Amino acid sequence: MKLLNHATAYLAGLLLVVISAWAALFYFNMLDEIYDSMDDGLENQKILVIQKAAQDSTVLAQRSFEAGYFRVKEIPFTLAIHRKDTYQDTLMYMQNEKDFEPVRMLTTVFRHHEKYYELRVITSMVEEDDLIEDLLYSLLWLYLGLVASILVLNNLLLKRIWKPFYHVLQRLQQFRLEDAKPVPVQKTNIEEFQLLNQTVEKLLQQNVAAYQNQKAFIENASHELQTPLAISLNKLELLAESQPLQEEQLLQIGVVMENLERLTRLNKSLLLLSKIENRQFGQEEEVSMRALLQKTLDDFSDQIAFKDIRVELEAPDEVTLQLNPDLAAMLVMNLLKNAIVHNAKGGYLRIQLSKAALSIENEGKTHPLPADRVFNRFYKEEASASSTGLGLSIVKAICDLYDFTIDYTYRQGHVFTVRF
Amino acid sequence: MKILVIEDEPEMQDTVVRSLEQEKYLVETASDYDSALEKVALYAYDCILLDINLPGGSGLAILEELKKQQKTDGVIIVSARNSVDDRIQGLELGADDYLPKPFHMAELHARVKSVLRRRKFDGQNQHQLQNLQIDLDKHQVWVAGEELALNRKEYDILLYLVTNKDRLVSKTALAEHVWGDYIDQADNYEFIYSQIKNLRKKLKDHGAEVEIQAIYGIGYKLVTA
Repeated sequence: MKLLNHATAYLAGLLLVVISAWAALFYFNMLDEIYDSMDDGLENQKILVIQKAAQDSTVLAQRSFEAGYFRVKEIPFTLAIHRKDTYQDTLMYMQNEKDFEPVRMLTTVFRHHEKYYELRVITSMVEEDDLIEDLLYSLLWLYLGLVASILVLNNLLLKRIWKPFYHVLQRLQQFRLEDAKPVPVQKTNIEEFQLLNQTVEKLLQQNVAAYQNQKAFIENASHELQTPLAISLNKLELLAESQPLQEEQLLQIGVVMENLERLTRLNKSLLLLSKIENRQFGQEEEVSMRALLQKTLDDFSDQIAFKDIRVELEAPDEVTLQLNPDLAAMLVMNLLKNAIVHNAKGGYLRIQLSKAALSIENEGKTHPLPADRVFNRFYKEEASASSTGLGLSIVKAICDLYDFTIDYTYRQGHVFTVRF
Repeated sequence: MKILVIEDEPEMQDTVVRSLEQEKYLVETASDYDSALEKVALYAYDCILLDINLPGGSGLAILEELKKQQKTDGVIIVSARNSVDDRIQGLELGADDYLPKPFHMAELHARVKSVLRRRKFDGQNQHQLQNLQIDLDKHQVWVAGEELALNRKEYDILLYLVTNKDRLVSKTALAEHVWGDYIDQADNYEFIYSQIKNLRKKLKDHGAEVEIQAIYGIGYKLVTA
C-alpha cells in the first residue's frame, strides 16, 4: 500500500468514528428541538380549541379524532381535579399511510359551564425511522465525499510534498554500484527531505568510492604481481638450464615453476574478471555462436580425443548475438573447458544451441553440485591444484554484463544453460 | 644480431639479457625513457624489446619516435598491462609483436627469432638443423631429404623445440604456444605427452639427428645427436 493511501485509510477510519458520534449527538439534539416545537404547537392548539368551545358548543361534541385533530370528553370533577397537562407519544391509524403512525398527543382538562372536559389534541409526529434513514444516507454521502476529497487532496497536494522522497526512492531503486552515475538531487525546502537527500548522497558516494577502491586494488595488485612473477619464473628457467643439475633438483624446480604458473593463471583470471566487471571490453559485433562453438571444439579437439569424449552438437539454426568477440570466445571457451575437464573418461558432451539458449551438458560426478555456489569465485569441487576456480565466475560475469541468465541443473549429467 | 632490452625492472632486465646472451646475441640495455630514446635515436638494432611502463615516459612514445624517424628496427612490446587497447595501439604504431608479462623464455626466443627472420630474410626461409630441414612457409619437414608427415600440432611442437634448441622448454610454455591460452589446467598436460611420444617415434623412425629429451618434472629439450 502506498504511503499516501495508508494515511488516507487511517483518516477514513477516524472520520467514520467522529461522524458516527457526531450523528448520534446531532440526532438526539434535533429530536429534542422537534418535540419542543411540537409541544408548543399543541399548547397553542389547546388554547384555540378552548376558545372555540366557549363560543361554539358543537366543539364539545367532538368525541373522536376522526374528523379533526382533537377530541373532547366530559369527565367527572373528581378525575379532573388531579389532572395536569401531559404530553405523550402514541400510535394512531393513518388513512393515507394505511398504517399506525406515531403521533404526539396533549391531554389536558378544561372547565366549561361548570362541567369538566378532557381535551386530547394530536399532531402528526416525525417518523423516527424515516428520519434516521434520511440522516444515515446524508451522512454516508458526506463521509464518502470527505474521503474522496481527502484522496484527491492527498494525491495532488501530498504527492507534491512527497516528491523529493519518491525521487530518492527511485534513485535508490535504479542505483547500480558498478555503474554509478551522478544524479541531480531534487531541490526541496523541507528539512527532513534535505537531510534524507544529504544522507543518501553521502552513503552512495561512500559506497561507490569503496567499491572503486576495491576494484582498483584488485586490478593494481594483479598488475603489480605480474613483474615479480615474471622474474621468478624466468630466473627458475635460467636455473633449470644451468648444468649440471640432478634429477631431484630439477623436480623441485619443476614443482616451484608449476605453482608460480598457477599463481600467474590465477592473477590473469582475476584481472580478466575485474576488466569484465569494469566494462573495459569495447566494441561489440555480430558473433555467430555456431561458428564459435565449432571453432572452440576444434581448439579442444586434442583434449577431447585424449579423454575419449563423445561430442553431440545440436545447432539447427544460425544464432548470432551482439557481443564483444573476445568475451564471446571467453564465454564459450570457459563453458566447454569446464565440461571437458570435469568430464568422465569416455563420457559425453552435449551442446544444444537455439535462438533462446545455449546449454552444455556433460557427464561427470554422479551427484549434483551446489547450484548456489558453482559460480562463486574460487569454488572448487575438490582441492584441485591446477584449477583456478575462476572459470565459471568469468562465465557468470560475462552473462551479467550482457544480461544473459545462466543456471546450473543436474539431470544425470551436469547442465549449464545460458539464456540470451 | 643486436638486441636492445628496454626494461626498468633490474632483475627482469638481467634475466632477459642473460637468456638472450646464451643465444649469442649482442645485447644492450636501457632502464628509463630518456636513455632508451637516446639509444634508439643513435643506434640501429635488429630487435628491440620494449616495456610500456617506463620511468619518465611511455614505451608507446618511443615507438612513435621510431616511426617518425622511419627506423626499421623490429619491436616486441613486453608489458605487464595485458590490455587489448595497449596491444592494438602498439601494433598500429608498428610493433611486430606483443608479449604480455609474465612469459616463458622459450616464448621470448621464439618471438625474437620470428621477428629477426621476418626482418632479415624477408620472411622467406628454410630452417636447417643437422639432417632436419623445415620449410616455414609450407609447414613441411624433411629428414635427410625424405618428407616427414606431421600433423599440425606435431609440426608446431617440433618447430618450437627447434627454435629453442638446447634449451629447456617447460611443458606449460610448450602447451601455451601450441594450444594457445586454452590450456591452463595441469591435468591436461598428459595429452601433450602423447603428442610428444608420437613425434619422437616419427623422428626416430626416419633417423633424424635430433632428439627430444624429457626433463623430468619440467618439460622438454631438443638436442642434436
